Amino acid sequence: MSHDDHDHHDDHHDHDHGSHLSEVQARVRALESVLTEKGYVDPAVLDQIVEHFETKVGPHVGAKIVARAWADPAFKAALLADASHAVVADETFGRVGDHLVAVENTETQHHMVVCTLCSCYPWDVLGLPPVWYKSAPYRSRVVMDPRGVLADFGVTLPAGTAIRVWDSTAETRYLVLPQRPAGTDGWSEEQLAALVTRNSMIGTGLALQPGEVER
Amino acid sequence: MNGIHDLGGMQGFGPVVDEPDEPPFHAPWEGRVLALQRAVLFTRTWNLDAFRYAQERLPASVYVAVSYYHRWFLALAASAIDHGLVTQAELDAGHAKDPARPVQRTMTLQDVELGKIRSPFGRTPRQAARFKPGDRVRTTNIHPMGHTRLPRYARDKVGRVEVVHGCHAFPDAIVAGDGEASAWLYAVVFDSRDLWGDAADPSLTVSIDAFEPYLEPA
Repeated sequence: MSHDDHDHHDDHHDHDHGSHLSEVQARVRALESVLTEKGYVDPAVLDQIVEHFETKVGPHVGAKIVARAWADPAFKAALLADASHAVVADETFGRVGDHLVAVENTETQHHMVVCTLCSCYPWDVLGLPPVWYKSAPYRSRVVMDPRGVLADFGVTLPAGTAIRVWDSTAETRYLVLPQRPAGTDGWSEEQLAALVTRNSMIGTGLALQPGEVER
Repeated sequence: MNGIHDLGGMQGFGPVVDEPDEPPFHAPWEGRVLALQRAVLFTRTWNLDAFRYAQERLPASVYVAVSYYHRWFLALAASAIDHGLVTQAELDAGHAKDPARPVQRTMTLQDVELGKIRSPFGRTPRQAARFKPGDRVRTTNIHPMGHTRLPRYARDKVGRVEVVHGCHAFPDAIVAGDGEASAWLYAVVFDSRDLWGDAADPSLTVSIDAFEPYLEPA
């Protein structure tokens, strides 16, 4: 195997140094060139894949699902029973794969999602995972000290609230259904979706309060 | 393997830093790495489990120092060399030198649409599930050099089966060479004190998704 063996003693963040990046960029380009010349990949296909992840998938998909669950008790029940099935049954949500599980936050129970072994994440409904989700600080600590992690995000839960951390060690993918904020009676699903942040669907945040968004 | 990738419960990595308005990619090459990984995966030269194992085998000092997509690149390049898709000399030159070896298929523009959805990991069970919700189980005390999805912090621990997820492809055996391997998969929940001792946050429970071979009745 050919590995980059530069030292990084001073680098405890999940980022590369700038000078290093240009070297990586050149090596990625070389790999793409060789794979393309040998007919294994087509650059036009690569462009399409990148565009899909840059423009099509993202937390807006999950936010629509959460908003529907808040607005429609029957959908919420179906989502909690079998999330993949419930989401696929409604074409407006786009396509998701199997093994999606939704877990509901309540006054007494808070859920958080991690993948300690790699960075498994519900891409279908949340898009690409943020850097912090893939980082050593989050993956190492949330299974042991979730309240400390929540503090890093500025979130404090009541001491009596139970916390469940779901470690995504297989191909099951977890979506947190955050609590619906008070004062949102009568809001449309579109308005509700604007309250649903990515972090609230991972469990490192809460849904926004009505005053935090323009209605 | 007991690699650096198995991070759960390690201490000393510092705070979690959120990045407001984070872009999908921080540089164009990150997107190319993601796309290359998916397009090469499509050729069926290796599978997702093998790709994870390739990352796990990166030197620990490299694994913790580089970014996510850099790690992907290193695993992708190493796997491409290991499987004979490319040579180091070709990567150094940035051009093909040797003839291509045949692959099962390559991704076309029509296939991109298919590639957007996750492939199913459910498998037809060969026997009934050994456990049911509520069963107390003890996880095995294994330390294989190969690939496993049983994290270190949850080995040799007593927990409770909460959900039977169904019969799934079994990564440990797949990476070891049995491409058809499957096993029942369960959400197993642990009390925080059973994982982290008496000082643990008593309001915490942690669950893993555990394949049946990891579990014994407790």
